Amino acid sequence: MAISHLTAETFDGAIRSGAVIVDFWADWCRPCKLLAPVMDELEAEYGGKVSFAKVDVDACGELAARYEVMSIPTVILFRNGAEIKRFIGAQPKSAYREALASA
Amino acid sequence: MYDIIVVGGGPAGLSAAITARQRGKSVAVVTNDASGSGLYRAGQVRNYPGLPDISGADLLDKLREHAESMGASVINERVLAIAPADGAVGVSRATDVSRAAAVILAIGAAQSSVFPGEAEFLGRGVSYCATCDGMFFRGKRVCVVMRAPDAESEAEYLESIGCEVVRLSPRDMTINGARTVESVTADGETVRCAGVFILRRTIAPASLAAGVELRGGHIGTDEAMRASLPGVFAAGDCAGPPYQIAKAAGQGQIAALSAAGYIDGGGGL
Repeated sequence: MAISHLTAETFDGAIRSGAVIVDFWADWCRPCKLLAPVMDELEAEYGGKVSFAKVDVDACGELAARYEVMSIPTVILFRNGAEIKRFIGAQPKSAYREALASA
Repeated sequence: MYDIIVVGGGPAGLSAAITARQRGKSVAVVTNDASGSGLYRAGQVRNYPGLPDISGADLLDKLREHAESMGASVINERVLAIAPADGAVGVSRATDVSRAAAVILAIGAAQSSVFPGEAEFLGRGVSYCATCDGMFFRGKRVCVVMRAPDAESEAEYLESIGCEVVRLSPRDMTINGARTVESVTADGETVRCAGVFILRRTIAPASLAAGVELRGGHIGTDEAMRASLPGVFAAGDCAGPPYQIAKAAGQGQIAALSAAGYIDGGGGL
């Protein structure tokens, strides 16, 4: 599995079933660059059980608005389409791991 | 990639940089401009050993000259976040991301407590970084709390991308809203806004290094000045009282020795 890049067209279908963790990011956001390798490591660990995705808020402003993302990086964990956990700012790997382990 | 990045250019951070250079490590010190800090504005410092009548400004200048003469780079910029990943520690500044094998936090003690509503609305209108989050507020009104030397440039950046900026220097402020920020009440006056950028000189440790263990509001360390995140050390006022320059310099040295030992794969001190 790899980290998929979602758009307004693909987003709803992608989060509809199972556990999906979505990283809202943008190219101009330096702290987002801290988070990218953390997400890669987590994907290697949990990719079999949880789908990993990214949303470029620059390209998909309407998705950011819909989820009231007003600070990036914001990471949202969805289960069957419903938000179950939100992380604001670059958090340590252990914080995401805890949520993913019980996702 | 540096061996060690020191966050903060006060006595703890510069002392750490000097010792790290003595141990042959490459070092960058990322810091606010010193002028405007409490120590820089202090008159005479009377209890720093061996320099009985030095001014705070002279002491800081000498420490910086000493660190630079040893080969440390001093970068005047705001650090937004640090996060361990890939066996190193990433350090995000406003304009770039650097990586180091170890990071020493010497960020001083936060001078102000958080505002009511600040934690609740973080990421829902409250931001600490104009360059990260400004784009979400284009065409909207935002308040900027001016408590840092770079606050004016951040406010100007927000104006340049199309935000309507209200500059505030409140003593008291409450952040109001339902799901997201709708207004702030600053010293009794309510200003409607979609966002509030809070720019302090010192970022709270929990915002700067998410997940770091705190002890009484300070960064928790062991006797080797190790913090709870891998490769992260702390020294000086941010590691707890007494808030004294000699103690800060000593802790900076310990942190640097520990960080050098960590990098070399040994036990540290």
